Amino acid sequence: MAIAVALVLLVVGSVVFHLISPWWFTPIASNWGSIDFTINLTFWVTGAVFVLVNLFMAYCVYRFRHKAGHKAVYEPENHKLEVGLSVVTALGVIAMLAPGLFVWAQFVTPPDEATEYEVVGQQWQWSFRYPGNDGQLGTVDTRFVSESNPFGINPDDPNGQDDILVKDPEMYLPVGKPVKALLRSKDVLHNYTVPQFRVKMDMVPGMVTYLWFTPTEVGRYDILCEELCGIGHHVMRGRIVIAEQADYDTWLSNQTTFAQLNARADATPAAGQAQYAVCASCHGQQAEGNPALNAPRLNGLQTWYLERQLKYYQLGIRGAHPEDLYGRQMAPMAGMLNSDEAIRNMASYISQLAVTDAPDTISGDSARGMAIYNSNCAACHGNDGTGSWATDAPHIAGMSDWYVATQLANFKAKIRGAHTDDDYGEQMVSFATAMRNEQQMHDVIAYLNSLQ
Amino acid sequence: MAYVPLADQDKDHELHDPHTFITKYVWSQDHKVIAIQYGGTAICVGLVALVLSMMMRLQLGFPDSFTLIDPSSYYQAVTMHGMIMVVYLLTALFLGGFGNYLIPLMCGARDMVFPFLNMLSFWVYLLSVLILMSSFFVTGGPTGAGWTLYPPQTITPGTPGHDTGILLMLISLGVFIIAFTMGGLNYVTTVLQARAKGLTMMRLPLSVWGILVATILGLFAFPALLVSAIMMTFDLTLGTSFFMPAIMAAGEQLDYNGGSPILFQHLFWFFGHPEVYIVALPAFGLVSDVLSTHARKNIFGYRMMVWAIIAIGGLSFIVWAHHMYVSGMNPYFGFFFATTTLIIAVPTAMKVYNWVLTLWEGDIRLNTPMLFAIGFVFTFIHGGLTGLFLGNVVIDLPLSDTYFVVAHFHMVMGVSPVLVLFASLYHWYPKITGRMMNETLGKVHFWCTFLGTYAIYLPMHYLGFLGVPRRYYAMGSTDFIPESAQALNANITVAALFVAAVQILFFVNVFWSLRNGKPSGNNPWGATSLEWQTTETPPKHGNWGSDLPVVHRWAYDYSVPGYPQDFIPQNVPGDFGVSEDHDHETEMKEGPLAN
Amino acid sequence: MSFYKNVTAKPWEYTSPTVGTGPESAFASSSERIALTLFLVVVGVIFSLLAVSYYVRMEVGDWVPMNDPGLLWVNTAFLILSSVLFQLARNTAQGENFARARALFVAGGLCAVLFVIGQALAWQQLTSNGFDVANGPASAFFYLLTGLHVVHIVGGLWVWSKTTFRFYSQAELASVKHSVELCTTYWHFLLVLWVLIFAVLANT
Repeated sequence: MAIAVALVLLVVGSVVFHLISPWWFTPIASNWGSIDFTINLTFWVTGAVFVLVNLFMAYCVYRFRHKAGHKAVYEPENHKLEVGLSVVTALGVIAMLAPGLFVWAQFVTPPDEATEYEVVGQQWQWSFRYPGNDGQLGTVDTRFVSESNPFGINPDDPNGQDDILVKDPEMYLPVGKPVKALLRSKDVLHNYTVPQFRVKMDMVPGMVTYLWFTPTEVGRYDILCEELCGIGHHVMRGRIVIAEQADYDTWLSNQTTFAQLNARADATPAAGQAQYAVCASCHGQQAEGNPALNAPRLNGLQTWYLERQLKYYQLGIRGAHPEDLYGRQMAPMAGMLNSDEAIRNMASYISQLAVTDAPDTISGDSARGMAIYNSNCAACHGNDGTGSWATDAPHIAGMSDWYVATQLANFKAKIRGAHTDDDYGEQMVSFATAMRNEQQMHDVIAYLNSLQ
Repeated sequence: MAYVPLADQDKDHELHDPHTFITKYVWSQDHKVIAIQYGGTAICVGLVALVLSMMMRLQLGFPDSFTLIDPSSYYQAVTMHGMIMVVYLLTALFLGGFGNYLIPLMCGARDMVFPFLNMLSFWVYLLSVLILMSSFFVTGGPTGAGWTLYPPQTITPGTPGHDTGILLMLISLGVFIIAFTMGGLNYVTTVLQARAKGLTMMRLPLSVWGILVATILGLFAFPALLVSAIMMTFDLTLGTSFFMPAIMAAGEQLDYNGGSPILFQHLFWFFGHPEVYIVALPAFGLVSDVLSTHARKNIFGYRMMVWAIIAIGGLSFIVWAHHMYVSGMNPYFGFFFATTTLIIAVPTAMKVYNWVLTLWEGDIRLNTPMLFAIGFVFTFIHGGLTGLFLGNVVIDLPLSDTYFVVAHFHMVMGVSPVLVLFASLYHWYPKITGRMMNETLGKVHFWCTFLGTYAIYLPMHYLGFLGVPRRYYAMGSTDFIPESAQALNANITVAALFVAAVQILFFVNVFWSLRNGKPSGNNPWGATSLEWQTTETPPKHGNWGSDLPVVHRWAYDYSVPGYPQDFIPQNVPGDFGVSEDHDHETEMKEGPLAN
Repeated sequence: MSFYKNVTAKPWEYTSPTVGTGPESAFASSSERIALTLFLVVVGVIFSLLAVSYYVRMEVGDWVPMNDPGLLWVNTAFLILSSVLFQLARNTAQGENFARARALFVAGGLCAVLFVIGQALAWQQLTSNGFDVANGPASAFFYLLTGLHVVHIVGGLWVWSKTTFRFYSQAELASVKHSVELCTTYWHFLLVLWVLIFAVLANT
């Protein structure tokens, strides 16, 4: 009896929940309205079945509940009824399947006028490649991947020279033009998803997959990885900006081609040295750091990491948060480097300074720290804590430990890393948040100290 | 020497006769003891998986306040929860537990045809469980590659447990498959060879049909998992490249080349999809019997039910790639697999209609098992219908890898089979122990479980519509997910904790009733099938006393017109005139109640 | 009763229990034979899936064909001989000649042992020629397929040794006849399987 009422209430409740739910598809921003149509169609067909069958069941339970003297009717089968129901079900299935297959046929055949771009996935970053003036992407191979050729472009392939490389998780596309995304992965499975576009496809190492769509709304959307790709899966984030053609062209022209990247002149450390005098007052002559002035050790850090941080300070991505006291001190200092060239020179000067040892100021249980570090941090920062260009993870073993502690706390409090343009900040925010308390951080830092 | 099926061997010809405690309860070859051993082990390991899921829910519901687990252990929990629930709990409990207990009893046999192999099957299964559990205690912990174990990430750094943990998982799966094969050969052979006199295939209760077809599916599907596990073990330990293409890890080239990750996915899902039905078909069978018994009515459309089980079993081998629509396989496969997948909806829908039509004009007793059975029909309708979304290839584009998928498969192969498990446990507990379970506790347990799980999974579908991806340790910040989604997540977690907590009621009931339950007698529900016709409850070793039963009718003679009782057990002789030719004629030619 | 007739029967219609029911509807063969047949189907599925994987994997560009060692032909001969001896043992076991059946049965098993040793030698030859398991997909599949096949032979030899033990401890043919028949079926199956594997491996 109660169950009959419960079934009715659940059916009514489900329908009401559906109607008042604020959680529904994000507004569509591509040409795939036909997918939404198929979903809605399926929703109505299945919704009707759900309501009818369950209400009928509730009725049966109510009507034929046990009463004294009542006996069930003996009816082994009813062939006509069963055939009738099969036919109706089959028709309902066809009604849902037919439009589905029709739309799928469109999805698997990209239009000829669709322009191509490439999405490259790796643990746990996105990068993008556009074909350049010749309209052709150069051939690639994992064998060619190196720090100076992160896309693994075949250096002997002329088509690859003018390829535009975006080694940054933000990409642009022009609005209203059909595009075909070629998807590949350097390591494990990933999946290129923009919820607003409705379509997604896995990226499989060793092969190139594709999907196509026409962006229809100008805007900035999240790119998510939706195929489990290791412990950083949930923080593998990118952004796609759909822009008017002119804005897109401007953005594209500011990107570097493969040839330009190779032709770039080496940085001149001597020029950096001249400017370092200002830095030395806090960070020390050897960039060995000075805890008294809250200046961390810098020597031993990788060039690209130093460059990125200086850039972030300049752009207000780092050191702009009101609670980031020392970051706010650093920001105007970084601002004194007035060109990319100057930043590169500075970074190259610091990174070639002799490596000094930072004194240990934090103690903790290094065995426990090792367990935490190995399962959560080592995937990017390496087993020895020296970091890697491939994962954009800086050297952290044996650096100023008090500074590492501050930064972990800052990440956890979203003082650092929460800026939307901070490409890898989200990752550290998430992993620092996962650390239960200060003790765990100190344990990890104790382990890092023991690595040096 | 002519071969005599075990069922017909006379009573002096018993294969073994346990005397000591050890042979009776530990190294037992009695299918009923083995069933309890299988079931108990499966439930224990299932509880581990339940705890893991609660840890995940706490993390998802309250990502900033509960830092109970870090990302690494989160992914380990995801993986172990999934694998344990699907393989080590559901498969083992339905086939090793219920299959073992019910097949010989329902077939009127004294035991399985190979009792020793049956015993071995359990101990090997236990070994596989122990190997799996040991991975919690090794350096690096258990594997965190997701229960699908997709290469390359299963064995590359960046995945938790990518060396020892995954190896133990693969070994454990291999051992499990050996255990399953030993059990499975036994179940099939017993059903084929050891049925009582008069028990034709079409007179079998649907439980036996469901278990039989599921076992056959398992025998043919698990080899795919075995093969992929072996090949992956080679890739992991010997450096071969079956599944591993040339890839990078942390900036280094790994020493692999040319392998195909997609090949693994095909093999995995060639196992994985039938696996869904390995769990579902026994549930379909068991629930049919529970519904029919408590509705005091024959199962409606028995033949259609059998055909549907066979059809679903057959079709389940040609739909596997619907798990791979967005995997990067040849997209043209999508047409074929979407079609086959939606075709499978027809026999499945027929089963649902027939369950509901069994209630029509019944005499419904709303006992605890019946409540669970009705609850199952509701959740299964829900889960089945959402399957039509995901099976329709183009709808899978936005929904795959979101919480919609999680909600769908938990509804259809988590909640639904578990509701059947409870229905069956409440239903057959009297036969297993000789005592009834407490009805009040049982009903409280039902209402909390049924409404609680719906409160978990209905909203979860909407997170999926919104586009929240699955297998995320934390959602972090995005532009498209509103704050309210996090509130919804927190509510789901509260519901999940509640449901997990009320399961204590069930265990209390099981142990309390063991001593204090009302004595049940041999046939407390007035059921027709053979297991309720034993002369002793619980049945003694050998099941049938001195004489094997002889079967005279199908398992669904409930409320036969003219017959004074509302059920006729299968072993009662006599034609009571209910065939179509002479409907409702009330002739009673023979039988105990005729005079 | 045919499968179709079986599943279209209307079970609620009363049939007298003496007609067409009961043990008659079970298969005429022994339960052991049914279980063995099922098991062989399962083994067949395992190797079919491996064969499919083999051909799928071959499509990838890095496939380097390998020359199978000539020793495999000798091993094949041993396995054929083994199968023939088992068949002879089975035929003899139908009659009364206990000693002859025993001799043939033991000889059949020993030939299979020689096959296993031969396979091990073939592995050794390959390894010393630089074709170890990680050498390339072709050699990986070679070791995988031959290895799994040998595992099945060894499993068969375990049953064979148990039966041999019974041959020596019991003087009655009837007590071992059934085992001899089952072993023979198993051996024929493994021979066919080996020939197919050999063909697949040769097809690089």
